[in-house]
Amino acid sequence: MREAVITANKLTKKFGDFIATNEVSFEVDKGEIFGFLGANGAGKTTAMRMLCGLSMPSSGSATVAGFDVYKQTEKIKQNIGYMSQKFSLYEDLTVSENIRFYAGIYGMARQAIKEKTAQLLNQLNLTPEANTLVKALPLGWKQKLAFSVAIFHEPKIVFLDEPTGGVDPITRREFWNLIYRAAERGITIFVTTHYMDEAEYCNRVSIMVDGKIEALDTPRNLKKTFNATSMDEVFLQLARGAKRSDD
Amino acid sequence: MKQFLIFVQKEFYHIFRDRKSLLIIILMPIVQIILFGFALTNEIKDSDIAVLDESKDVATAEIIHRLDASRYFNVARYLHSQVDIEAAFKTGKIRLVVIFQNKFRENLLHTNHAQIQLLADATDPNTATTVTNYATSIIRDYQNDLTTNTPLPYQIEPQVRMLYNPQLKGAYTFVPGVMAMILIIISAMMTSVSIVREKEINTMEVLLVSPLKPLLFILSKAIPYMFLSLVNVSTILIVSVTLLEVPINGNLLLLMGEALLFITTAVSLGLMISNVTSSQQTAQMISLLGLMLPTLLLGGFMFPIESMPKPLQVMSNIVPSKWFFIIVKDVMIKGLGFKMIWKETLILFGMTLFFLAISFSKFKTRLA
Amino acid sequence: MKQLSFLLEKEFRQVFRNPAILRSVLIMPIIQLLIFPFAANYEVKNVLLSIVDHDHSSYSQKFISKITASGYFILTDYSPSYNKALEAIESDKADLVIEIPKNFEKDLVKETKSSMLLAVNAVNGAKANLGGAYAANIIRDFNQEIRLDWMTFPAFNAIPTIEITSSNWYNPTMNYKDFMVPGILVTLLTMIGTFLTSLNIVQEKESGTIEQINVSPISKTTFILGKLIPFWIMGLITLTIGLLIARLFYQIVPVGNIALIYLFAMVFLLALLGIGLLISTYAETQTQATFVGFFVMMVFMLLGGLYTSIDSMPEWAKWITKVNPVAYFIEVMRMIVLKGSGFADIKYHLLAVLGLAVVFNTWAILNYHKRS
Repeated sequence: MREAVITANKLTKKFGDFIATNEVSFEVDKGEIFGFLGANGAGKTTAMRMLCGLSMPSSGSATVAGFDVYKQTEKIKQNIGYMSQKFSLYEDLTVSENIRFYAGIYGMARQAIKEKTAQLLNQLNLTPEANTLVKALPLGWKQKLAFSVAIFHEPKIVFLDEPTGGVDPITRREFWNLIYRAAERGITIFVTTHYMDEAEYCNRVSIMVDGKIEALDTPRNLKKTFNATSMDEVFLQLARGAKRSDD
Repeated sequence: MKQFLIFVQKEFYHIFRDRKSLLIIILMPIVQIILFGFALTNEIKDSDIAVLDESKDVATAEIIHRLDASRYFNVARYLHSQVDIEAAFKTGKIRLVVIFQNKFRENLLHTNHAQIQLLADATDPNTATTVTNYATSIIRDYQNDLTTNTPLPYQIEPQVRMLYNPQLKGAYTFVPGVMAMILIIISAMMTSVSIVREKEINTMEVLLVSPLKPLLFILSKAIPYMFLSLVNVSTILIVSVTLLEVPINGNLLLLMGEALLFITTAVSLGLMISNVTSSQQTAQMISLLGLMLPTLLLGGFMFPIESMPKPLQVMSNIVPSKWFFIIVKDVMIKGLGFKMIWKETLILFGMTLFFLAISFSKFKTRLA
Repeated sequence: MKQLSFLLEKEFRQVFRNPAILRSVLIMPIIQLLIFPFAANYEVKNVLLSIVDHDHSSYSQKFISKITASGYFILTDYSPSYNKALEAIESDKADLVIEIPKNFEKDLVKETKSSMLLAVNAVNGAKANLGGAYAANIIRDFNQEIRLDWMTFPAFNAIPTIEITSSNWYNPTMNYKDFMVPGILVTLLTMIGTFLTSLNIVQEKESGTIEQINVSPISKTTFILGKLIPFWIMGLITLTIGLLIARLFYQIVPVGNIALIYLFAMVFLLALLGIGLLISTYAETQTQATFVGFFVMMVFMLLGGLYTSIDSMPEWAKWITKVNPVAYFIEVMRMIVLKGSGFADIKYHLLAVLGLAVVFNTWAILNYHKRS
């Protein structure tokens, strides 16, 4: 039984003359790991920011968790988690203080936070570091922690914006294990990335080029359609015509 | 040399990309100098006073009229009894209460002796002294006019000449003062923040591994901000001359040269601050909170330094703006030449060298 | 409300981890309050005096000894000519030149009229005003003495005289510190309040953590309150320290009710922090926030009535002081601390500042967008 938790219909964002995201339409199902691929500057982050209620769409429509992105952003925010490209934990707070703060602003009860924090730290093998300032942690740990914080309040959907930038393959692997575990719990994952190997981990991927979605399917179907052996090749074929590169 | 120019160019890019900041830096000094040039004055005028007239005769009416007509006073309230005095002071605005004794005119005519009591709100002692003096001389004038038919013998007539500033305009003091204050704070802050920002976002390391010599690296940081500060000096001077009508009596080139020296001092101070701090916030806190009050209070333009206790007089010597304030006053208002300000110039020069020496020594140890 | 407690906990932790903030809230005010009131003194003494005496008579000698004995003037030199004396003024060796003309004594006795030239360096406004006035007063007194010497008693009595007695209320010893310490305390509160708050939200913008807050269901008002309350409390702590220093070090005991000072300070801080937050919501970078903060701070402080009198300002500048919370607080401080004014006396001040607080904070909340 398919149940769409995100729908986008001709969603567009313009900055002056520049069309960052151009009439994108797609649906994401409950419990799915949905990959949002594209080169830097293709408009992935802009699309994601509109869905999260951080950016006002110029035109088109979209719903997240059944709520409208124009009028019901505050309702949306109660149902989502978000991990931005820019590192988003407070460097001058400790690990457990960061968890407590973010859980708190999502309205979790203190007792519940306390119990779940212990559980989470244990899971991440961070218990000894509970009282370490975040700025002292290695980047990979910070990212795993940031993700765990983003889903700490059990949102329906979590948006991840290039979550694995700048870390080694092993850490990336561990990170994806966390993502799978979250998906198993029924959390829908919406993830942007430009690592094509990560695309293979997704249930379905969409590929954006110059603000438009050029392809959307399961990795296997995409490879078949484009007659390619890897997602890398699929991407290269699509991105060849791109005019924008970099930010 | 080519690398150096590229670095300077990069700094200019930073500055011009951030339009909002640029606008603030260019416009702010202009607005401030206009605002303070017109609004600040040491003169005390238009003070609200209250009158308690128990006599209500022609003489008291005349004195009250004279007080009200003068530029110093504005009779805001008529009190009915002694009890009202306290209340008049307590609600704030009344600076002076003038009390006429009962039967004022009768006494004056028949016994040649009448009494007026002046009560000043001395919470601000300066205003209290001044308003009492003003009121006294207005009443004395009235008294002298009573005897015009028989002029007083043995009269010494003081002729007062106000040199350099005959109209006693506040702008003559406050333009040089505010200029010194704005320049030092803006220049020091811009420089320190721009360097500390590179530390914060870690581009500093990249720059440090480049083959550019530390001296040139620091210079490349400093030059754009010195340029901006010179723009500020020019706009401030243009506004002062055209709008505030403060003349430039001395040599403009000398004035600009001294301004450049002072800017260099401020930028070096900024460099020094950036070398002892590692976050933008701390750098700003030191350059703003640490410089603002000392400059305002010990810079000589608000409060006379000679009236301060000795330790503070000594302390004021390390405030760079004090020396620049003297220079600007001498060159701009008094129209003096370099001969009269070489000492102050030398002191600023020495301070600059001191700040630079500290910056360099710290800079090198960090490289090691 | 529960969310607010988490926000507050976080802000406080960040503050306590940041030695720079603690230094500026606790130590800087103490140091500045201990030093600067000594500097802030308009009392003009030690006016440097140069005398050009062309007369060398007993009267000119008498006058010179009278003026030097007054305590306001320091006689730096006798100049041979007016031009030489002007040079002394040029090089700041003299603030005031008094030229006694040739035949001063002779004219005074024979013609019953003589003159004296007072040339004041009017670049230093305060000194020129007061120094000139002091000198004029001394000349007048001297004149009176001579008159008494020469005139016969009945003739003197025939002149109607108005006896003027003056007294200084609330500060009979004319102590500047009584006036300046509360004022400087307000200045310090202003600097800390505006500066810290104006930087705070921008910092979160620059580090990116604000995004994380913006995608959370936390409301704008809760967020702004979370930023406001910690600095509000710190402001009150600074005020307490300042009042303690005023009491212990300067022996300034408020005549009025101390609770009233706190009540006013609470409202004042709300207004001030509102402005800081407003700046913060507009600024994109910390640099922008600091520059605008610096600008606002300077306007508030210099047009606050502490350094120059508001009465003397042009009409338009007086209007600016009407939206300046600092001007209200400085006046209220003086009223409560020195005059013992009560609630009824300051209620309009309080109302005005409350109005400003509401305006600035509402504006800040409206201008803080969770979405661009």
